[in-house]
Amino acid sequence: MVSLFVAQIRGLDQLESSEVLVAQNVFFAIIALVMVLAALKMVTTENIVHAALYLVIVLAGAAGMFILLGAEFIAVTQILVYIGAIIVLFLFGIMLTKGSFGTEEGEFIEKSQMAVLVAVLIVTVASGSFIDSFRYTELSREAPSTTAEIGDTIFSQFIIPFEAISVLLLAALIGSVVIARRDQ
Amino acid sequence: MLLNQFLILSAVLFSIGVYGVLTRRNGVMVLMSIELILNSVNINLVAFAAFREAISGEVFALFVIAVAAAEVGVGLAMVLLLYRNRRNIDLAGIDSMKG
Repeated sequence: MVSLFVAQIRGLDQLESSEVLVAQNVFFAIIALVMVLAALKMVTTENIVHAALYLVIVLAGAAGMFILLGAEFIAVTQILVYIGAIIVLFLFGIMLTKGSFGTEEGEFIEKSQMAVLVAVLIVTVASGSFIDSFRYTELSREAPSTTAEIGDTIFSQFIIPFEAISVLLLAALIGSVVIARRDQ
Repeated sequence: MLLNQFLILSAVLFSIGVYGVLTRRNGVMVLMSIELILNSVNINLVAFAAFREAISGEVFALFVIAVAAAEVGVGLAMVLLLYRNRRNIDLAGIDSMKG
């Protein structure tokens, strides 16, 4: 039993690169389908808490996409910051404002045909230009980026944007406290 | 893998997010749709980073994540302020600055 398992694991190393590619495409198709369906449910559902949970599915799918693209540090950051922190913030925001919404007016604006038109136009124009420009462009299959490389790049080439981001985060922190606190 | 499959996926997610921003009346839902838009942009950035084998795309994706976190903090604070002043967060009802 154990030897069979070990043989299976050893067999994984011997996957041909074409087999890896097929596996990547299968996983891409599954994750992309789940992401698009969850995003559609998120923008159309009446229940806001359900919408937040659908957003979790989309964000987790995006993390899977980052892993498929060989960017594992971005994937981990995505899970930590988005699913760990931002979704919790959203749930707090939903709970603090819940019951405030008059259901007789509905969750949606009345005339949504223009919104559908804009969305369809965006996806048509963008997809058309992508297909026109990168029709047969393959992604390179070099070794994926390492976390050390990202750290080196941030702290050498992008050090000034990095410091600016830290000041921005501080400003946003103070600003949100000032906006949201009750006046004495 | 083709580059296009990631780009078209992110275009689809972007347009779904735009649809959400345009149709929802709830302030929190609009902020969540904006998160969807920023996420599709991140997929685009990382896909181009893998295509060009340049690390800068991934660094930019990290910056986008940080700016999105700041934006959600300020945005939710504004939604809470709106709720405290008006007792609802219906964005269609905010027209006091309409000319």
